[in-house]
Amino acid sequence: MDDLIRLVGVTKAYPVGDAPPVPVLHGVDLRIAAGDFVAIMGASGSGKSTLMNILGCLDTPSSGDYVLEGRNIAELDVDELAAVRLRLLGFVFQSFNLLPRIDVLDNVALPLLYAGVPRRERHRRAEQLLGRVGLQGYGARRPNQLSGGQQQRVAIARALINQPRLLLADEPTGNLDSETSVDVMRLFGTLNTEDGITLIIVTHEADIAAYARRRIRFRDGRIVEDTATEPLA
Amino acid sequence: MIAALAAESLRGLRANRLRTALTMLGIIIGVAAVIVMLAVGQGAQSMVSSAIASMGSNLLVILSGASTSGGTRMGFGTIPTLTGADAEAIGELPSVAAAAPTVIEAAQMVSGPNNWSASVTGTTPEFLTIRAWQLAEGVPFTEVDVRSASRVALLGLTAATNLFGPASPVGKTIRIKNVPFTVIGLLAPKGQSLDGRDQDDTAVIPLTTAQRKLFGNRFPGTVRFIIAQAKSEDAMVRAEREINELLRQRHRIREGQEDDFTVRNLTALAETAAASTRIMSIMLGSIASVSLLVGGIGIMNIMLVSVTERTREIGIRVAVGARRRDILWQFLLEALFISLAGSLIGVGLGIGVTHALAAALGMPTVITPWSIGLSFAVAAAVGIFFGFYPARKAADLNPIEALRYQ
Repeated sequence: MDDLIRLVGVTKAYPVGDAPPVPVLHGVDLRIAAGDFVAIMGASGSGKSTLMNILGCLDTPSSGDYVLEGRNIAELDVDELAAVRLRLLGFVFQSFNLLPRIDVLDNVALPLLYAGVPRRERHRRAEQLLGRVGLQGYGARRPNQLSGGQQQRVAIARALINQPRLLLADEPTGNLDSETSVDVMRLFGTLNTEDGITLIIVTHEADIAAYARRRIRFRDGRIVEDTATEPLA
Repeated sequence: MIAALAAESLRGLRANRLRTALTMLGIIIGVAAVIVMLAVGQGAQSMVSSAIASMGSNLLVILSGASTSGGTRMGFGTIPTLTGADAEAIGELPSVAAAAPTVIEAAQMVSGPNNWSASVTGTTPEFLTIRAWQLAEGVPFTEVDVRSASRVALLGLTAATNLFGPASPVGKTIRIKNVPFTVIGLLAPKGQSLDGRDQDDTAVIPLTTAQRKLFGNRFPGTVRFIIAQAKSEDAMVRAEREINELLRQRHRIREGQEDDFTVRNLTALAETAAASTRIMSIMLGSIASVSLLVGGIGIMNIMLVSVTERTREIGIRVAVGARRRDILWQFLLEALFISLAGSLIGVGLGIGVTHALAAALGMPTVITPWSIGLSFAVAAAVGIFFGFYPARKAADLNPIEALRYQ
C-alpha cells in the first residue's frame, strides 16, 4: 500500500522563556499507509498531542521531514498549510469545537466557506452529511441544543464535508458516555472501511483503541510500541 | 469569497446586537457631530458672504477727520470737512465709478397711528447704484429731487412694515421729524449687515432735503461720509491714492500736514470677516472630528475584546482551513460594517439635528453634499484604520493555542 504519511526523524521542541527549548518529540519515524486506522496511545505529556498537531498541519516540526501525500509539509508556509488542511484533512476534537452562535447546518458547512463553495451548494452538501451521520433534520438547531454524542456527530460531519483523505481525532470519545462512544467509534469504522478514509485517533482508553487496526504507544516523545491488531467490528 | 466572508461578519455582528449597537453609537455621534458642525459653519459663512454681497462691491468709505480741542483728539467725523462737492469731484476721478455723499441720523417717523424710529440716510441717486440696491416697488429719486430738495423718501422693508404693516407704502405720506414726505419707492430687502444691523430698517431721502429740512447742522453743506465705488477690484488701490491726492488738494493740506479725512477699504474688511468665519467653521469641524476619532477608538476597543472572546472560534476556523487573510477580512469587514452603518445613521441624525437647530434657534445652516461625503469617507477610513489592528491580531493567532483557549 502507498504511504499517505511518512515521518522521518521528526523532532519538536518548545521554547520556554530564556531557557533552552524543551524537547517534546525525539526523532519520530513513522509511516502510515493510505486507508489505515491507527490509534495513538500514551499518557498525557508523552508527546502524542504534539504529534497530532504536526500531522494535522497546525504545527511544523523543529527538524525532520513530514511527507503527506508526497509533499514535504515542513517546507510550506502558513497559507499553504491552511490549503492542505482544507483539501486533505478533517479534525474531530474531544470538546467538539462547534461554533455556538451558528446553527448545525452552517457548522457542518463551515470548511466549504473557505473553499469558496457557493452558499446553496454548501447547505446541500451539509444536509447530505447530516443524513450520513444520522442527524437528518437537525440542521436548524444550535449546537447547545444537542446531546454530546449528537454534537460529536455534527463535528464528524463537518470533518467529512471537504472529502478529506485523512481524519484526525483527538480523544473523540473523551467527553462521551460509553454507549455513545461505541456509536461514534462504529461510525469511524464505517468511514474507514466503506469510504477508505485514513483515520488517526488519539486515545488513552484501550477499548477505544481496540477499534483500530494498528496501535502506536508513545512515551516521553518516542514510539515505544507499534502493533497491528484485528479491529473490532 | 469576500461576499461569503461579509455574510460571516454580519452574522458575527448580529450575534451580539447590543455590543454592535453601542459600538456603532460612537460613530453615529461622531458623524452626526461633524455634519451638524459643518452645517453651522457653512451657514455662518453663507450669511457673511450674502452680507458682503449686499454691501456692494469694491467699496471705499471716506470719513471726515478728527478735531483737536485743547490737546484732546476727538473721533472721526467730529470736524465735518467733507462736502457734496468733494463727492462730486471724487465721482469724476478716472478709477472711481461713482461716489455718493451721505448724511445719516436716526429720526422718528410717523404714519397715521403708527410711529417708528429708524435711520434716515440723505444721499444722491448714485448711492443705490453703489450699494447695488434694487427697488421692490416704485421709483428712485433723481438728481432733480436732490437739486430741489424734494420731500420724497424710499423706505426699507422693516421700516415700511412697522409703519404700514403688509400694505404697500408707495404713494403714501409719512412724517419724518414732523416733516411730511411722500414715499415713492420700497427698497428690496438686503438683510443683516456684517455688524448685525438690519439694513432694511431705514429711509433714504435726497441729500439736500436731509441737510436743509431735517437735520440742523453747524456746518451747512457738509456730509458725514462719502461712499465711493472703484471701477474694478484691481482699481481699488489706485482709487484710494487718487482720492487721497484729490482731497489733500481740495482741502489745501500742505506737505507734511495731517489729512483731515480717512479713506477706508470696505472690501478688505469684508474679506477679514469672511476669513474669520471660515476659521470658525474649520474649528467647529475639527472639534467634531475628535468625536469621530473617539468613535473609531471605540471600534478598536470592542474589536480587540471581540477577538479575545472569540479566540476559540478563530482557532476552529483556522483548523478547518481558513487562511490568514480569510480571518483578517472577516474581522476587518465587521469593523467596516459598524463604521459604515454608523455613518449612515449618523448622516441621518446629523441632518435631523441640523434642521431642528435651524427651526428651534433660527440658526443659519447649510448642509452640503461634500460635508456628507467627507464625514462618510472619514468614518469608513476610521473603521478600516481602527479595525485593522484587531483583525491582524485575530489572523496572527496561533491555531493550537487558540483551540486550547477556554
